Amino acid sequence: MLEAIFNHYNYWLIIFLMMTGLYIVVSRGNLIKKIVGLNIFQTSVFLLYITIGKVNDGTAPILTGKSEIFSNPLPHVLILTAIVVGISTTALGLALVVRIRESYGTIEEEDILVSEGHQTEMELNKIQP
Amino acid sequence: MPMPDIITIVDIVLLALLSITAVAILMMRHLFAVVALTGAFSLLSAGLLVTLDAVDVAFTEAAVGAGISTVLMLGTLALTRRRESRPPRLSPIGLLIIIITGAALIYATPDMPKFGDPNAPSHQHIIPSYIKGSQDEIGIPNIVTSILASYRSFDTLGEVAVIFTAGMGVIILLGRRREDEHGYSEDVAAYPLVDEGKLKIDGEAE
Repeated sequence: MLEAIFNHYNYWLIIFLMMTGLYIVVSRGNLIKKIVGLNIFQTSVFLLYITIGKVNDGTAPILTGKSEIFSNPLPHVLILTAIVVGISTTALGLALVVRIRESYGTIEEEDILVSEGHQTEMELNKIQP
Repeated sequence: MPMPDIITIVDIVLLALLSITAVAILMMRHLFAVVALTGAFSLLSAGLLVTLDAVDVAFTEAAVGAGISTVLMLGTLALTRRRESRPPRLSPIGLLIIIITGAALIYATPDMPKFGDPNAPSHQHIIPSYIKGSQDEIGIPNIVTSILASYRSFDTLGEVAVIFTAGMGVIILLGRRREDEHGYSEDVAAYPLVDEGKLKIDGEAE
């Protein structure tokens, strides 16, 4: 029973982290908070890949001359690339946030919609009794 | 029943701490605290990566995730504002989406290989030849390095192209001084209301 939980514990908690990140992106209107949510989602995908690469009783994949069991090095390489691509997209997103702040004077999604002439949900509710 | 070994216990504790940090980030409204917690999240995940034998990835995550990305976010905060202006609200549609997605993903986990299973499909095929060939063919004891720089170096070339594109994007967005059709420079155009107020006051004084 306990073993069955340990076999998939990593997957379950990583899915929880992913969904928390996704919820921050969907539900929070602040643009910086959205990028933080995206970062959490991204990091949990990294953890998922590395979890798949783990081998029981394995060590870090560095040759020492002794015959040893190594964890799978390929996911490590893929995620090294993904981390660097992730920081590039974060930097570009944050630059967009700074630019939006310059143009609109706010980084809240709803305020931007209002200044674009859209009515927010709250205002629509006020109009309709 | 055998006790789980120390690595398993560390793994469980770190994942639990990561979950608590993620929920705290969701709840916080002060953006400075959110950014600080994001740095802590990256550092905890770097610790977890060490227990999963990915030492190179842990090193990069600690430097890039906890270091550079925190600095970039603090820089953005300095240029924008420190607080979320709206109280956190429950988004029913968002909650529904993540519950359905999460349930579907958890439903799929029993099909995944067991944690640490040496016979999992992802450890077969080309991986043994990478491990064997690293010393003879490439001559580098670190297998991750020899895959990154030699066996799959086109991935790394593509990565460089992505960094270049992102860097150009940031420069185009922020780098040059802008002037609109009225000849206002960027600083004036950024806060038109403040500036008009100042002009009026000046006019009254005259």
